[in-house]
Amino acid sequence: MRDSRTPGILANMDWFVLILYLLMLAFGWVSVCGASYDPDLQKDLWDLSTRSGMQLVWIGTSLLLATIIMNIDERVWTTFSVAIYLGFMLLLLITPFLARDIKGSLSWIKIGPFSLQPAEFAKFATALCLGRFISKRGFSMQKKWDAIICWALILLPMALIILQKETGSALVYASFFLMLYREGMSGSILVAGISAVMYFVVGIRFADTPLPYGGIGSVGGVAVMSLITLFTLGLLRSYTDLPGRTLRRMLGGMLLLGIVAFMTGKWVWSAVSMDIVLMAGVVGLALYLIYIAARERVLRYVFISLFALFSIGAHQSANYIIKNVMQAHQRTRIYVLLGMEDDPRGAGYNVIQAKIAIGSGGLAGKGFKNGTQTKLKYVPEQDTDFIFCTVGEEEGFLGSAAVLGLFLMLILRLMVLAERQTDTLARVFGYCVLSVFLFHLFINVGMVLGLTPVIGIPLPFFSYGGSSLWGFTILLFIFLRMDAMRNRMQF
Amino acid sequence: MNRQEKQEALRLERRKYIIGGAAVVIVLVFLIRLAFLQLMSDDYKARADSNAFLQQIKFPARGAITDRKGRLLVYNQPAYDIMVVMNEQLGVDTLDLCHSLNITRDWYERRMDELRDRRKNPGFSNHTQQLFMSQLSVEEFSRFQEKLFRFPGFYIQKRSIRQYTSPIAAHILGDVGEVGPSDIENNPYYRSGDYIGKLGVERAYEDVLRGEKGVEILLRDARGRLKGHYQGGKFDRQPVPGKSLTLSIDSALQALGERLMSGKLGSIVAIEPKTGEVLCMVSAPSYDPRTLVGRQRGAQHMALQRNPLKPLLNRSILGQYPPGSTFKTSQALTFLQEGIITPQTAFPCYHGFRYRGLKVGCHAHSSPTPLVPAIGTSCNAYFCWGLYYMFANRQKFPSVQAGMTRWKDHMVRMGFGYKLGIDLPGEKRGMIPNADYYDKAYRKSWNGLTVISISIGQGEVTTTPLQIANLGATIANRGYYITPHVVKEVQDTPLDSLYTTKKYTMVDRKHYETVVAGMRKAVIDGTCRSANTPLYEVCGKTGTAQNRGHDHSVFMGFAPRENPQIAIAVYVENGGWGATFGVPIGALMMEQYIMGCLSEHSQAKAEQIANKAINYGDYAR
Repeated sequence: MRDSRTPGILANMDWFVLILYLLMLAFGWVSVCGASYDPDLQKDLWDLSTRSGMQLVWIGTSLLLATIIMNIDERVWTTFSVAIYLGFMLLLLITPFLARDIKGSLSWIKIGPFSLQPAEFAKFATALCLGRFISKRGFSMQKKWDAIICWALILLPMALIILQKETGSALVYASFFLMLYREGMSGSILVAGISAVMYFVVGIRFADTPLPYGGIGSVGGVAVMSLITLFTLGLLRSYTDLPGRTLRRMLGGMLLLGIVAFMTGKWVWSAVSMDIVLMAGVVGLALYLIYIAARERVLRYVFISLFALFSIGAHQSANYIIKNVMQAHQRTRIYVLLGMEDDPRGAGYNVIQAKIAIGSGGLAGKGFKNGTQTKLKYVPEQDTDFIFCTVGEEEGFLGSAAVLGLFLMLILRLMVLAERQTDTLARVFGYCVLSVFLFHLFINVGMVLGLTPVIGIPLPFFSYGGSSLWGFTILLFIFLRMDAMRNRMQF
Repeated sequence: MNRQEKQEALRLERRKYIIGGAAVVIVLVFLIRLAFLQLMSDDYKARADSNAFLQQIKFPARGAITDRKGRLLVYNQPAYDIMVVMNEQLGVDTLDLCHSLNITRDWYERRMDELRDRRKNPGFSNHTQQLFMSQLSVEEFSRFQEKLFRFPGFYIQKRSIRQYTSPIAAHILGDVGEVGPSDIENNPYYRSGDYIGKLGVERAYEDVLRGEKGVEILLRDARGRLKGHYQGGKFDRQPVPGKSLTLSIDSALQALGERLMSGKLGSIVAIEPKTGEVLCMVSAPSYDPRTLVGRQRGAQHMALQRNPLKPLLNRSILGQYPPGSTFKTSQALTFLQEGIITPQTAFPCYHGFRYRGLKVGCHAHSSPTPLVPAIGTSCNAYFCWGLYYMFANRQKFPSVQAGMTRWKDHMVRMGFGYKLGIDLPGEKRGMIPNADYYDKAYRKSWNGLTVISISIGQGEVTTTPLQIANLGATIANRGYYITPHVVKEVQDTPLDSLYTTKKYTMVDRKHYETVVAGMRKAVIDGTCRSANTPLYEVCGKTGTAQNRGHDHSVFMGFAPRENPQIAIAVYVENGGWGATFGVPIGALMMEQYIMGCLSEHSQAKAEQIANKAINYGDYAR
């Protein structure tokens, strides 16, 4: 093995990302100071008994960690990627048995004075393993077994983390599907995922809203069935050679069915709701597509038919999951998110106080340590998951926009770096890193702004905490090391 | 890699645009949302402030009020208000609370509903203190305070309420009560539950009496714990105490006046001529200002409001009466100034004014009579002739309208027809008709005869007792007055120049001397004989104002003749002749003020008048 301290390491390193990283650490520390500052305790910001003091320790150790990683030969990771992955899966598996219950979560292991969350570190292991697998000769997402193994590599840590009752951290692994899309996964799977979320949202939101003008059935059911019909027809139009005339007939048939069901519902189908009638219509459409598939010998029709049927299943199970599988607090979170409950003292309280905190910041903010919403603990978790509130309140629109800008620059820059990799493993790893950042940004900031569900995941480099900061540092710097060595990395 | 693979790789690479685009769209959506939250509305800022800041209001002490001799009339007494913060009081045992405060469950429910009703309580907020119950006495307060810890969300706020040393001068002093919704809307200074002057000087001098509220801005965390002063108290303000007032009222004179007016309706207004200071302002019936304090205020106020005799009405400035014969002095001055008459001019009086079928009656006296005895005997005919000749004088006035206008200008300059501008709220202007008025009423076909009754203070003319007292002061001053005012001094503040500036009439001083001689004659051997006294020279003029019911008994006068100290107007509704009530009451008041006390004889007379009640049985019609 050559000396890893190649003289070119500093020269080849991407300074732009490093500067972004340092800026975010600095901004993050300022935010933690503002969020955790307690005027009653006459303590310095670097006092180790305060959050701000400890965050300095985490930042220091992260910088140390970054230096070490930049000096470790990246081939260590690639060579042992499978072993690392398996090791972390084992760790995730035993974690619930070692962990102490912290607010219902079984994900923290105590090592000496520190508590660490293995789920944060398993990300880079999963990313490495995915990279290793995808970079194998002849890999293609079109191959059934390749795709299945990729899915399994992602779903395994998700399942293990859900066992630790850390749904939020588990969901982060779903971001790797973005990388899979880049590596050739069919776009329709993403579309299907997004439409499933839409069915879920619309279906739940209006599940119990009766149809207006005396119709029998729910607005949610009818809306989702209409969406499924539209998506199905759209897929048929984009991916098959079915003539427009046939499509229009299908659409007309469904419309006619809906109108007749609506008009006569009261007398003819008084026991059967319009949802069921429309669902029968969609099922009929799906069966017809299978008939066409058999006649034309084109497999695509089967897939589109399955899409329609799965959609119905997803919608039906969503209501079931909400009402029977989810725990009460999760159900409430979803109801609050969808605007179905507005109880300032209940689950909606956090989101309302977060919005007040951000909204009260105005253009330029209230100034460092002057945020009342966060300092006086109106906002929950004000230095961890809701840290963006402090940014919004104390630094205002300008500060918040700057933070968002830093993240956007980081993500886009990482994409540029990933695309310039000659090695597939490095590219896959880069996409994994940027997907994780994007997902965290999307969910965390979206939650604080009241746009996405309240899912407790940290904002990278801003939220207080050692595990997440170390985890993100490891992800980022392994990739930076790969990038710095990109010209050497040839297997 | 073969060509096909290369193409495939290129196709997949283009997916970076979709992923990058998604990132850009997400950040853009966030930015738009941020802009909506942070830049579009101040609502969130207000809500954050209402979360974090507990504004503890520091109430200033209201200014004290003394009379012209420094005798204390109004002062402050501690009282305790109970405040409630709605979202903190959940779970309080209401039964226990009602019991401790000696209120019914019903009252509690109603009060809570009232507080939450934003129409009745525009400043309502779930997070701030709302006035639940006001003005607990010290005993009630100490009983409640022992149990306060059991009622989270309820607070005690120390306030001061007004207290009065004596039962007099209710109309001048006015009262203090809780602000109404319109006060809160009109002036951002006031918050629900604040006190504000409602009537009298409490209202007119509200701004100086109340002082400025102070505030302590305390930080409060999510659990309601106080975390000290915001920014070390940088934004705290100390309350500025209200300034005290010295009234021009002589409380002994005021008390006598109120005693003399007992059992009667009407008004007495006395003015110090050279300063325009109001020495007393009696309006009967009156009430004891001490009854409008504390929690019984509402019920008491309601009772006074429903009383058909209208004790809340300050008749001195709100009562508009025909001035009757007291008005003749103003007519004499006008005719003299306009050259219609000279002091020597005599007019005939055959038991009244008779001309072209018009008759204005008069009592028996020698005829013809010149001006001074005409004032002395209050001859109706003399002033009817005067007005007739003035309005008919085509050398001076091209039309009756022009004559009327000139006449009206004289009246206005003497203080009639408009508000004088006294420092009390609600003053009425009275009525001085002008040419337009009669043109409209008579379709331009009118002359001096048509309107002849205005010359004797009847007809369309009405004045307030204050305006008549001011007429007395103007004559005493021989031609000017200073706008009457009840506040002599505001602590550390110069008086409004309105109350120090002389206002001259359009009549020369020498004509005033003639009228003064007439008023003197009325006292020596005319209608006001009973006001005569060897102690000082009284000048006076009676009035017997006709109205729908029994005549009003009116007196206007001043004393002494030279260097006058007091000018006075007395109105006794339905009191009959001026000499019956007006003159003796006026005489007693002047004696009290000039001599500082009443002689034994006068005291007996005062007792007699005070006991004489007028039957107003049909007043409430």
